[in-house]
Amino acid sequence: MGYVAVKGGTKAIEASIERLKYERLKGEEVLEIKTILATMRSLVDQVMSEASLYAPFLAALAIKQAGGSMEEAVFLMRAHRSTLPRHYYSLPVDTESMFVERRVSASFKDIPGGQLLGATNDYTHRLLDFELIEENTDANHQWLRDYEAKLAANMAQEQEIQYFPKVVDYLRAEGLFDYYPEDNDPPKDVTKESIQFPTTRSERLQVLTRGQTGAVTALGYASLRGYGQVHPTIGEVRVGNVPIHVQHPYENNNDEENAFYIGEIKITEVESFVPVHVKKDNKEELEFEIGYGISYGQNETKAIAMSILDQCLENPHGEFPTHDEEFVLLHIDSVEATGFISHLKLPHYVTFQSKLDSIRQVKKGAETGEN
Amino acid sequence: MKTKTHFAFFDEGSKKEIRRATLKAVAIPGYQVPFASREMPIARGWGTGGLQLTLSLIGKNDVLKVIDQGADESVNAVSIKKLVQHTTGVPLTESTTDATIIQSRHRIPELPLKSDQILVLQVPNPEPLRKVDAREYMTKRMHAEDDYSGAWLILFEQIMRYGKMTTGAAHPVYVNGRYVMAPSPIPRFDNPKMHQSEALILLGAGREKKIYAVPPYTNVESLGFEDYPFTVESFEGEQCHLCGATEVFLDELIDPDSCERTYQCNDTSHCIERLNSKEAEEVEKSYA
Amino acid sequence: MHETPILRVRNLEKQFGQGCPDCKDKESRSLEKNYCSACGTVYAVRDVSFDLFPGEVLGIVGESGSGKSTMLQGLYFDAEITGGEVYIDHPAVLDKNVLELSSQQKRYIRNYLYGMVYQNPVHGLKMKFSSVGNIAEKMIAAGGRNVSSIEARSKTLLEKVHIPLRRMKEEPRNFSGGMQQRVQIAKALSNNPPILFLDEVTTGLDLSVQASVLDLIKQIQRDLHISMIVVSHDLAVIRMLADRSIVMLNGTIIEKGLTDQILEDPQHEYTQQLVYSLL
Repeated sequence: MGYVAVKGGTKAIEASIERLKYERLKGEEVLEIKTILATMRSLVDQVMSEASLYAPFLAALAIKQAGGSMEEAVFLMRAHRSTLPRHYYSLPVDTESMFVERRVSASFKDIPGGQLLGATNDYTHRLLDFELIEENTDANHQWLRDYEAKLAANMAQEQEIQYFPKVVDYLRAEGLFDYYPEDNDPPKDVTKESIQFPTTRSERLQVLTRGQTGAVTALGYASLRGYGQVHPTIGEVRVGNVPIHVQHPYENNNDEENAFYIGEIKITEVESFVPVHVKKDNKEELEFEIGYGISYGQNETKAIAMSILDQCLENPHGEFPTHDEEFVLLHIDSVEATGFISHLKLPHYVTFQSKLDSIRQVKKGAETGEN
Repeated sequence: MKTKTHFAFFDEGSKKEIRRATLKAVAIPGYQVPFASREMPIARGWGTGGLQLTLSLIGKNDVLKVIDQGADESVNAVSIKKLVQHTTGVPLTESTTDATIIQSRHRIPELPLKSDQILVLQVPNPEPLRKVDAREYMTKRMHAEDDYSGAWLILFEQIMRYGKMTTGAAHPVYVNGRYVMAPSPIPRFDNPKMHQSEALILLGAGREKKIYAVPPYTNVESLGFEDYPFTVESFEGEQCHLCGATEVFLDELIDPDSCERTYQCNDTSHCIERLNSKEAEEVEKSYA
Repeated sequence: MHETPILRVRNLEKQFGQGCPDCKDKESRSLEKNYCSACGTVYAVRDVSFDLFPGEVLGIVGESGSGKSTMLQGLYFDAEITGGEVYIDHPAVLDKNVLELSSQQKRYIRNYLYGMVYQNPVHGLKMKFSSVGNIAEKMIAAGGRNVSSIEARSKTLLEKVHIPLRRMKEEPRNFSGGMQQRVQIAKALSNNPPILFLDEVTTGLDLSVQASVLDLIKQIQRDLHISMIVVSHDLAVIRMLADRSIVMLNGTIIEKGLTDQILEDPQHEYTQQLVYSLL
């Protein structure tokens, strides 16, 4: 009877970590970071978005280290992020200055500036391409040269860089949207101050954009399908690079011309149009409001779902959990959700023993006829 | 691209922020202070609240003990210890007496703690009123207004239905006669140890982003009715099959061969210390 | 009646909406019923004052939208009141306008001095808790910490409202409407509150059930001498319960007096209609 319930933890962990390494290495293949960066664009984007850290190289490293586990990669990035001091906030980004790669509107056929389909899976037929098994670099190289030549021929005609106006401005001019003054107050940083309810919109948008892609999509879908009151039309989805600027930390010069350019990031931005009832001068009117979605990288489904949830939370509705900010915001974070679910694997011997005692006492009481 | 981690993992700004929340928690016993919980290298729900407290408090002269469900050698306790030692280099101990900071999940050590020690408890669900209302906005109001009828009503309903209070671990307590607090899921057996504790008790919930505290020499009273008082788990007639201890929290073990039920100290270091001192006594006796 | 009133209500106001230059001035405004057609603000309760004396039943009658229920919700602190004063003759809150107290003090009043029976039992009961638990809640809120005495008092009350004790551990959601209403009454009475509010308590019940609930209220009033405010759109209910009555229309009091007097000799045109329709 020398049995001790919990012992040897140190050795067990060491062995487990060794085994984990073995599982990663046993196939005897090395996946290069640059390969991940070059070929796993969407995965890198999704990790950056859920981690809320824009760093493609680190995301690729996290993917490699995590053996492709999404939750693990996001977790690694988040943990890394919390070791980094935050020195600056960027200036607000004007997405009209986006170098647009793709931009579609579901609201109007003829949007000013036109639709730009860009690179999308939307119209591919989802058939497994068995030729990819035999892909070879020479053929790929030849394809690229041909494609670039074709592009160059087109480019000769169009020299100007084109900026795309926002679809919503077009509707504003018609009086279908209200003009709001720009709110450039520094946002409440949810990573520095835990959110308190009721939340501000800046807090909601931060939590939504950090949300787990699957969770945000599922809740947005639930709202759209019937467990919610928001039925949007997509005004505009745009994907492309935007420049990021910061102000000089000490010079008190608010002139934007003097701001420092620190690089660019790729984002997906969605503006959904949602009809709402408003009462103006005692008259009922229908107006549009914007549901806003934004995500690092190209992550259109999540950004659209976010735009639905943004409007849901702007208009609380007791009947639907998708309109309840505590329900939505407290349950969509990847690190929190996966952490708490997985903690159930920890021993619960003491808590279980305690409950067991309660149940036995009740049974004993019932047997001896107490109560 | 390689970076060296800072002493105790956090940058000093983060530590200060956590200590500010901790000071507020000490100033308002039992009140849950919100804080900007950091993402840690261990998972949310696996002790990040306790870990953040430990890392914000620890200095080079500290001696750390980490236990999980009573055991120093439980895998998660080991994992947490490894991380703290890796980033601080402080000595580790299994002895309750030697430790200056004791981080624990779901147990308070059997040996009474002293005024120069800090007990850090890991908390999964800090809100004792969550079953009364799912919404944080509402439970916060209830605390503010000293409205705890919901918490009492849940206990009353248990008595009506089962003839007894049927709480397991995490039986709610009144702290300093004001705030009702979830004592982290420690067994009811440990609740009385919080009352007038010499050591500072800090509770951290990383995922729920709350820090709260029981300062030294504070009244902690478990909720109970006059005629249905709070009771602890009963191990009547049982003792630890290794060290013979009674009046301690026991783990129930089933012998896989005989299928007999035996009991054993849940606090492993307490058990080992008792065994060691017994052995020393015997050695002394045989010398004499 | 030269006693001190137990509840004094003075110049109570409740509006929904911001108001506008057209309707802000009480003297000069012209409203459509209680509604400002310029800005849409609703003046639900306007300058309502009355006294409630110890042991009396005061009836408040009026059509839906007259402001009677809104006023009651305001008195019970379920809804914010826009303006006015309310005084309770009780040592704890003597000479204090209770509308201005902190929410913690208001809760004290709800737990110790007021009882409330809502039209819809969903508002007054926790449907997932046992009936005895529901009654206990108020006693617990008022500091009750002895299970046996709480249970004993609950049993007494359940018997008083004719709920069989074998069903006391059942959840009220399994009960009929009339039974739910009786559990609500038992809950409201649990702390012997000096003041009890009843909001359309028989509306929506079958006629025979209505009669039994009204009988019960009458009997409780006789036994316990609780002061009650009974709000109803139904003059028959008021006639059966109330000693004195107030008639409200569009947020204001248009007539008040002894119930018998109002019934015999209604002065206001609207009251006349109401009384004649009763006959």
